[in-house]
Amino acid sequence: MPQSADKVLDHSDLFREPEYQEIFERKKGFEGGCGAAKVTEIADWTKSMEYREINFKREALVVNPAKACQPLGAVLCASGFEGTLPYVHGSQGCVAYFRSHFNRHFKEPCSAVSDSMTEDAAVFGGLNNIVDGLANAHALYKPKMIAVSTTCMAEVIGDDLDGFIKTAKAKGSIPEDFRVPFAHTPSFVGSHVTGYDNMLKGFLTNFWEGKTRVETSAPAININGGFDGYCVANNREIKRLMKEMGVAATIISDPSEVFDTPADGEFRMYAGGTTAEQMDAALNAKGTVFMQGISAVKSAEYVEKAGQKTISLHCPVGVAGTDAFLMAVAELTGQAIPASLETERGRLVDAITDSQAYLHGKKFALFGDPDMLLGLTAFLLELGAEPVHIVCTNATKEWTAKITELLAASPFGKEGKAWPGKDLWHMRSLLATEPVDFLIGSSHGKYLERDTDTPLIRIGFPIFDRHHHHRFPIWGYQGGLNVLVKILDKIFDTLDATTTDSASFDLVR
Amino acid sequence: MSLRQIAFYGKGGIGKSTTSQNTLAALAEMGQKILIVGCDPKADSTRLILHAKAQDTVLSLAADAGSVEDLELEDVLRVGYRDIRCVESGGPEPGVGCAGRGVITAINFLEENGAYDGVDYVSYDVLGDVVCGGFAMPIRENKAQEIYIVMSGEMMAMYAANNISKGILKYANAGGVRLGGLICNERQTDKEWDLADALARKLGTSLIHFVPRDNVVQHAELRRMTVLEYDPESKQAGEYRQLAQKIHANKGNGTIPTPITMEELEDLLLEFGIMQKEDDSIVGKAKAVA
Repeated sequence: MPQSADKVLDHSDLFREPEYQEIFERKKGFEGGCGAAKVTEIADWTKSMEYREINFKREALVVNPAKACQPLGAVLCASGFEGTLPYVHGSQGCVAYFRSHFNRHFKEPCSAVSDSMTEDAAVFGGLNNIVDGLANAHALYKPKMIAVSTTCMAEVIGDDLDGFIKTAKAKGSIPEDFRVPFAHTPSFVGSHVTGYDNMLKGFLTNFWEGKTRVETSAPAININGGFDGYCVANNREIKRLMKEMGVAATIISDPSEVFDTPADGEFRMYAGGTTAEQMDAALNAKGTVFMQGISAVKSAEYVEKAGQKTISLHCPVGVAGTDAFLMAVAELTGQAIPASLETERGRLVDAITDSQAYLHGKKFALFGDPDMLLGLTAFLLELGAEPVHIVCTNATKEWTAKITELLAASPFGKEGKAWPGKDLWHMRSLLATEPVDFLIGSSHGKYLERDTDTPLIRIGFPIFDRHHHHRFPIWGYQGGLNVLVKILDKIFDTLDATTTDSASFDLVR
Repeated sequence: MSLRQIAFYGKGGIGKSTTSQNTLAALAEMGQKILIVGCDPKADSTRLILHAKAQDTVLSLAADAGSVEDLELEDVLRVGYRDIRCVESGGPEPGVGCAGRGVITAINFLEENGAYDGVDYVSYDVLGDVVCGGFAMPIRENKAQEIYIVMSGEMMAMYAANNISKGILKYANAGGVRLGGLICNERQTDKEWDLADALARKLGTSLIHFVPRDNVVQHAELRRMTVLEYDPESKQAGEYRQLAQKIHANKGNGTIPTPITMEELEDLLLEFGIMQKEDDSIVGKAKAVA
């Protein structure tokens, strides 16, 4: 039936109406698809061990990789600096995708521009696009900085950002002293975390290159969160923890404001973020903590070269993870960890022990970014749960070594196996042939949940189909509690759903 | 001594790889530690140093291994005559893919994996012409500071030298790349030295060396050797030593080139009698009609 204003059917009801059902049937006939029985037969076969073996021999094809491309990471990194406009040199379709990706995850507007390279730019090079693009972006959006990254198109034809930006300045597009940090971010190399790292290094180089470092005597450090879908809440939690410790911490790239602006009638294209003054001062800090070290390898190298101590963590989740973070801060600054934080720690330990009976021995599959998988695996082991399949499409050699070591160090990691470079279609075979109790990953895992009846616990990036998860931290003892509750909620929901017809459908769990 | 990065450009077939390998062999003889980065899909920039037909290239090894990230430096680096380190970027078969991107990928890989650590000279040997952004990679900021153009007294070689100067000029304004000079590889054309010298002046640089033609080069090539190794006492070896000393003494200096127009280039050829004044009445007329 056509829609009526009195009773508007939404997407999920509308397409159940008979006329749509009829259209779907006709479409099936038109496409000459095979019958439902054949579909089921093949779908079942793809869950067999025989298919799994064929699937893991795949060489040339990737199906649902759990990663995105470099400039996405560069845009997130750039968004974390005050008044900074992320600018992508290349095709505009790519940038539309970056913006919508962040819109859908953060449920916030995302401002990023492209210089819209077209066929003539592909032939003649994108210099004119940068010259005009920087001038337009500067005049229209009045940023304090413009951070330039690239799409594959500009990379394939070999555009030279450094040279182009200097030329644009010489031609008067933007003032000579206007800061334009940049990074080459070819999408066909690495993943979004590589792009984040490259852009971060671009910022550090732009501010620090050629400067002399004079170490401060104050307990001041820098912290970088890396590519973090929970940056809004995590960064606030980090700031709170640092305040408790009496440490002056500069978060290098802090998008916690720009991706969480209030609805008060004013649109903020820019909000919060690391300031230029903070970046200048950051060179003299006692050291820098990278919360996601594998995703910040090049940046960490640069910071060390600048003469600073660096400590690289791997998305520290849970008791031991937060302990490591706070002790790293204590080591760099000499500040003691206050009793208030010890109390928070105790509360998390208490919560974990309260729920121990439901966590012990539960089997998990996980997919996501390298550092996050290290952090979550460590937390699961801490809970006495058993990580079994760990799929990391954008794994590095360092990741594979670290996760293997982590699993080997715990009796709960005995059955765990790391799958570097594999995709979600591999994960489907793993879940079908060696079932686990729960799956942890981003929203992309929902099809695996449906296909293999493995309940999905949404932790990672992107989370498109649940709202506001990013507003709650996963770092700090408080964050550990949040992750614990996410896991427990799913455990209890599943337990309820599977016991509705039995005496075990209990009020108290 | 800090790292010096130089690049040899020039028209295909001009003897660029031969000249560069002989010169670098002479630099190695002077005790310099050298890395050659061949930036030509043909991968023949290191054969005289390695005595090999063609070295396994970064890109072919990457294709075999799955991706560049799966490669280690030792997979792609070969050590040849006088410990000269050799790498070939490689690239696709003619007619497919993108050779320019191959150069970018290879150079990024080498930098990230520390191939430049502990060497005095990195030398890029780049194919024919700066045809796209990828082949300009070696002259971007923080890459080669001085470019040497290998040419001869033939019109097309001079045309290419002028075009390469245009490429350098594009990057020189924004960055630090400079033209180190022209190297004339003798083809025994008329007034070759004069012409090369005149072109060098027009381009705002100098003819740093005129390498005379000598069959010993071919004899050495047949044995896949540099003259420096095959016949170190020969006169030709001495020529390459001189060129090496000039490059070494240049210490990274050079000029921003002043490329000329096609008309100016033709005027130059007319001046030296290489080209006859165009007779517009015969242009486009077939033999029978004329």
